[in-house]
This record gives sequence, C-alpha cells and structure tokens, in this order.
Amino acid sequence: MTGIDLANAAVLLGNFVIVPALVYGSQLGLAALGVTLVYGILRFSNFAHGDTMAFGAMAAILCTWTLQAAGISIHPLPTALLTLPLAGLLTMLLLICFDRVIYRPLRRTRAAPESMIIASVGIMFILQGIVRLVLGPGERNFADGERFLVRARDVREAFDLAEGLSIRVTQVVTLVVTALLVLALMIFLYRTRTGKAMRAYSDNKELAQLSGINPEIVVMLTWSIVAILATVAGVLYGLDKGYLPFVYFSLLLPTFAAAIVGGLGNPLGALFGGFVVSFSEIALTYAYKRFLAYLLPERLEPGTLMQVLSTEYKFAVSFLILVLVLLIRPTGLFAGKSV
Amino acid sequence: MTTSRTRVFSLYAVMFGLFMIVGLFQSWNLSLAILNLCLISAIMSQGVNIQWGYAGLFNAGIMGFAALGGLAAVIVSHPPVIEAWQAGSTGLLVAGLTLLATLLAIRIACKKITNRRLRTLTVALIVALGLIIIRQTYLPATEAIEAINPTVTGFLGGLGLPILLSWLAGGLLAAGAAWCIGRITLGLRSDYLAIATLGISEILIAIIKNEDWLTRGVKNVIGLPRPVPLEIELQQSPWFMTLANRLGGDIAPLSGIFVKLCYAGLFFLVLLLIIMLSERSLNSPWGRMMLAIRDNEDAARALGKDVVHRRLQVFILGSMVIGIAGAMLTTLDGQLTPVSYQPMRFTFLIWVMTIVGGSGNNRGAVLGGFLVWFTWVEAEPAGIWLVDQLTSIMANENPIRQQLLQNAAHMRHIAMGVILLVVIRWFPRGLLPGK
Repeated sequence: MTGIDLANAAVLLGNFVIVPALVYGSQLGLAALGVTLVYGILRFSNFAHGDTMAFGAMAAILCTWTLQAAGISIHPLPTALLTLPLAGLLTMLLLICFDRVIYRPLRRTRAAPESMIIASVGIMFILQGIVRLVLGPGERNFADGERFLVRARDVREAFDLAEGLSIRVTQVVTLVVTALLVLALMIFLYRTRTGKAMRAYSDNKELAQLSGINPEIVVMLTWSIVAILATVAGVLYGLDKGYLPFVYFSLLLPTFAAAIVGGLGNPLGALFGGFVVSFSEIALTYAYKRFLAYLLPERLEPGTLMQVLSTEYKFAVSFLILVLVLLIRPTGLFAGKSV
Repeated sequence: MTTSRTRVFSLYAVMFGLFMIVGLFQSWNLSLAILNLCLISAIMSQGVNIQWGYAGLFNAGIMGFAALGGLAAVIVSHPPVIEAWQAGSTGLLVAGLTLLATLLAIRIACKKITNRRLRTLTVALIVALGLIIIRQTYLPATEAIEAINPTVTGFLGGLGLPILLSWLAGGLLAAGAAWCIGRITLGLRSDYLAIATLGISEILIAIIKNEDWLTRGVKNVIGLPRPVPLEIELQQSPWFMTLANRLGGDIAPLSGIFVKLCYAGLFFLVLLLIIMLSERSLNSPWGRMMLAIRDNEDAARALGKDVVHRRLQVFILGSMVIGIAGAMLTTLDGQLTPVSYQPMRFTFLIWVMTIVGGSGNNRGAVLGGFLVWFTWVEAEPAGIWLVDQLTSIMANENPIRQQLLQNAAHMRHIAMGVILLVVIRWFPRGLLPGK
C-alpha cells in the first residue's frame, strides 16, 4: 500500500459514499424537518408529506418551463432555483386550504391522532392524483444549467490518480440551499418572538394558549414553513435525481425514520437524523470491493463485491434504524415528544 | 346493532342494483369479475376493521400482509422443483439455522451481560459473525437454485399441495409477521405502529421482488393450480355442453361465468365465516373489553386489563384476515406478480373502504369493500369522460387537453381522496356506524 493507493481509496469513498450521502442527507433532513414540525405542533404523522414534496416540485417544474419559454435563466445555476418562491407560495396556499377545510374542523372536534393520519391519507390521494394528472406518472428531468462543478477526469489528471471525484452543480446547490434554509429556520425558531411562540406551543399547548399565543396563527405559520421546506426538498431531490412522482411517496419511510431518530418534534434532531439515515443507507449498500483492493495487499483482495446489502434493500436500512431506535431509545437520540 | 335494519338493507340493495346494471349493460362476466374482487376487498377491509374499529390501531402495511398471503399461495401450491431443492436446500438450511442461532445469541447476550459497553460489543460481534456465516452459505445456495432452468423455474417451487390450503397458510404467515412488528411497536405511541408497518410492508415487497430463489422475483410465478375447473376444460366436457344448450347462449362466456361463480361461492363462504366469527367475538366479553380499551384506554388499564397484550392479539387477528385475503387474491389471479403490489391500491384504498363503510361495524366494512372497489373500477372510465367534458372547450390538438386526457385515469386518486375526506370530515362514523 502506497500513499497513492490511500489517496485513491479516499477519493473513491468520497465520490461514491461521502458526497452522495451528504447531499441525500440534506434532502432527507429538509423533508424530516417538515414532518417533525407537523408532529410537534399538530401532533400527528403527516403521510401526505412525500406527495406535498412532489406537488412543490411539480409547481416548480411548471414555472421552470414558463421561464425557459421566456428565455430567462441563471446559467450556470438551474432555472428551478428562481421558481422556488412562487412554487413555495403555491404549496403554502394549498396546505393552508387543506388545513381550513379538513384539519381545522377535525382539531375542533378533538379528533384522535389516527383520524388526522387518515385525513392526511386522503390528502395524499388527492395530491397524487393532481400531480399525475398534470405531469403524468413518468420521469421528468428539469435540471438545466451547468452539469458539473468538478469533473472526475479533471481530478484524475490534476492529481495523477486512478480514481476521480465528480461534484455536480445540483449537489452543491443542495448543500448551499439546505444550509441557508436551515439557518433561516433556526434563527426564526430560536431568536424571534413568533418562533419562540411556536416552540412554546409545541411544548405545551394549554400553557401557550394561556400566555396569549393564538393557536390558529401558530398552525398557519407551521403549514407555511412546512410548505416551503417540502417544496425546497422536493425540488432539490428532483434536480439531483430526476423527478419521478412515485419516488416521493417512497421517501416517506426514510423521512419518518430520520424524524424519529432525531426525536419527533425536534427540528435539529430531524436534520441530524437525515444524515444518520443517508450515511447508513449509502454506506451499507456500497460495494467496497475496489475500495478494499486499494488498501489490502494483493493476495487478500476480496473476491466478492463486499456489499452488506444490495441496493434493492436500501429501505430496509431506514427500517432497521427505525426499529433499533424504537427498541433502544423510543424518544429518539435527542429528546423528542413524549412516547 | 345500533344501525337500523332498513339502512343496512337499502344500502346492500343499492350495491346489488349496481352489479345488475353492470351485468345488463356491460356484461355478466365483467359484473362477476368485479364482484369477486369486491368480495376479496371486503375481507381485507374486514381485517382492517378488526384492527381499527375494534382497537383503534392504524396499520399502514396492509400491502405487505396481503403480499405474504400471495407468497403463501406460491409456497403451498406450486409443484416443487426437485433439482433446486437438491442444489440449494442444505445451504439455505444452514443459513436459516445460523440466523436463528444469531437471534438467540443476541437475546441471551442482552439478558446475561449487565455491563453496557461489553453488551454492545458482544452483540456487534455476534451480528458480524452471523452475517459472515449467512453470506457464505446463503449466496452460493441461492445462486445454485436460480441457475436451474431459469427461464421456467429458477426457484424452489412449493409444496404441491391444494391451493385452498394456502388461504390458511397465508393467514398464519401474516399473523407471524404481525406478531414480530406488534411486539416492537405496540407498547409505544400509536404513530410508531403506522410508520413501522409502512416500513415492513415496503421490505416484504422488496423481498418478494428480489429473492428470485423464493418467488422468481419480477419474472412472476404463473400458472398456479386452481381450486375450480379451467374454462377450456369446461367447454369440452359433455355435461357443461348440455347445460349450455339448455340455457341457450354462447358456451365461451357461459364457462367464464360458471368459473367466476365458483370463485364467488368460495369467497363468499370465507367472508361469511370471517364475519360470523368477528360478530361473535365482538359480542363476547373479549369484544366488549376491546371496545372499552379503544374508547378509554386509561380506564381499561385501571381496571387491570393488559392493554398492550390485547392490542397485540387484535393486531395479529386483523393481519391474519388480510393475509387470507391476499392468498385468495393470488388464487384468483392464478399468478404472483410482485410489481402489482402498489401501496395506494393495497394499503390506502383498503383504508378508504373501512372508513367509508363504517369503522367498528362488520357489515359496514363489507359494504365499504364493495362500494369502494366498485367505485375504484368504474371511476377510471368516469374520470376520462369527465376530463373530456371539462376540456371540451379547448381545441382537440391543444397540448394541455391532450396531456390531461392521457393522464385522466389518475382522476380516480382524486375521487378516492375526496370521498375519504368527505367521510372523515362530515360522517366520521361512516355509512353504517358501529357501536
């Protein structure tokens, strides 16, 4: 094993595990933030969240097409970034509508959390229908602008390595947008009066109401924030991996797993949970054969792929994490809502 | 029953009328085909009703339990592939035993070792060791099995028993899975059950799709044996020819109707049996205790009822019914097609059935199964018609109109969502409310 081998192994791992896991973790973290906020304020698991993301992405795609037709672009960045405010606003309006018509009356009758879950299933049906009616069930690629920030070949040639590291523009965009959004959310939740009111309401509804916090305003705010988070997460995921309506539904499981790992109702925990899920998922489904070939002496080189789980079972990883957390620390790694 | 008899009777009469309309105006074969799926849906919906209506448990993994039923149909009824058994059974056996031994060892280690750090270390070692042994035995065995005649078999096959037995086996398999998942989640908040069941169903489907040695994966298992005669054999048997002659009419559709009636009879028997048992259990001390737990958990707990254990019971029973229905569905199809298991169709649609029918009421759950499946089937043409009408002001070549028309079939998702929301918002007790 030489220094070059070590560098090759590191670049290989960075290219196929660390960078993708960071990006996927940010997307999951944003999604889990939405789920955890709904849980903290409204006390139910929102099954419609995956399809809310799909709706946000759909709105962004429609706006992107309009902008592209008008010849507006922010090359080298994807045009879809420009559409985030409008798409977020549309999703916001939709969610607030759903709250007015469905969730609020259910809250008034003090419906059980399970009834709220069922209502979210109804909304999930409607969102899936709308999304498929408008854009169809097939895949749509709406990422434009420059494709790569760092090309694999450039890295190979520059450092004279056998392995290359490629970083796509969408990956950097994901990381930057996530960081900015989370920073803004944290400042809002922990530094502003309204944000503090929201957290107080999440901690203790009755006490918050006694202190003069208007629950309806808190709920409206929650849905607005959730809509923005869902839209951004949906668009980032779609830009990075292609928009496919069905995939957004199947993101529900890793999203919930992330939210539970961080403790349901805990915003920072949800973000952290997103990275826990993404790193375990990618690390456990990556085939380490080439990686080990660099590190081990030749006669020890592995004959098999050295893959713990095949990629078809990546959802099993989220599930395993979920079960482990439920068995060992049901409130999540950080304190979540009471069990 | 608090529901008035007239209401039950009139709603069922409406349902009967709908089948008559389809029979008279479309075809009797279609009407009976819808009826058969309605019967299976009714059983699934009854399974959910046992969990939700009796105990307030939200199961988001109906699809997984139904798929287990389908798996049971293959394992029980498909003729065994002897060569595959010879090639891979030892390896699989060793892998399976290692898995059991690993789980047992983890359990013992968790109980005996008190030092936290030492315990974590031991468990990690056991898991690693177990994984290595399982991989070394399991992979060659499955590869050997899948290599045998892959275009036709390439899997273990089944036991070659009558397929009707698989209905029971499917129930048992689903019950076993429910036991595992229930043990982990039922002591915790209700949301966790929903999320964990959602996960387990995705994993079960992934297993059925990818473990080719067991289910042939996406290559599908086709031509499962049938509990009723084949249409083509009927058309050639003399007694059926004379029957067809006497009834007058074409023999081909008649044989289809006859076969579907046979299935309908079998399904109806199962449905009746399940309803009878559910009805009796609900009106027993056990049933009253379940409802008491559902309505006021704290009071029931204060009276010394073991809430978690009762919930586990009811969760297992409900999942078992869903497993039975899953096996029946695969029997009706005569094939196991893993890609057909979609969560919207197999989990959430069943939820709509239970909620619309009336949770906690067995007759309601059955009616919901009938009505909602019927709507689901007929909503597709209706949606296309509706979109066509709504967009008729646009020119025919308008891309928006073309796009909407092409995807109009998805209108039925919207229809189901609206139905579910209307019921949960304005009629939370459903069409036939329970106690």
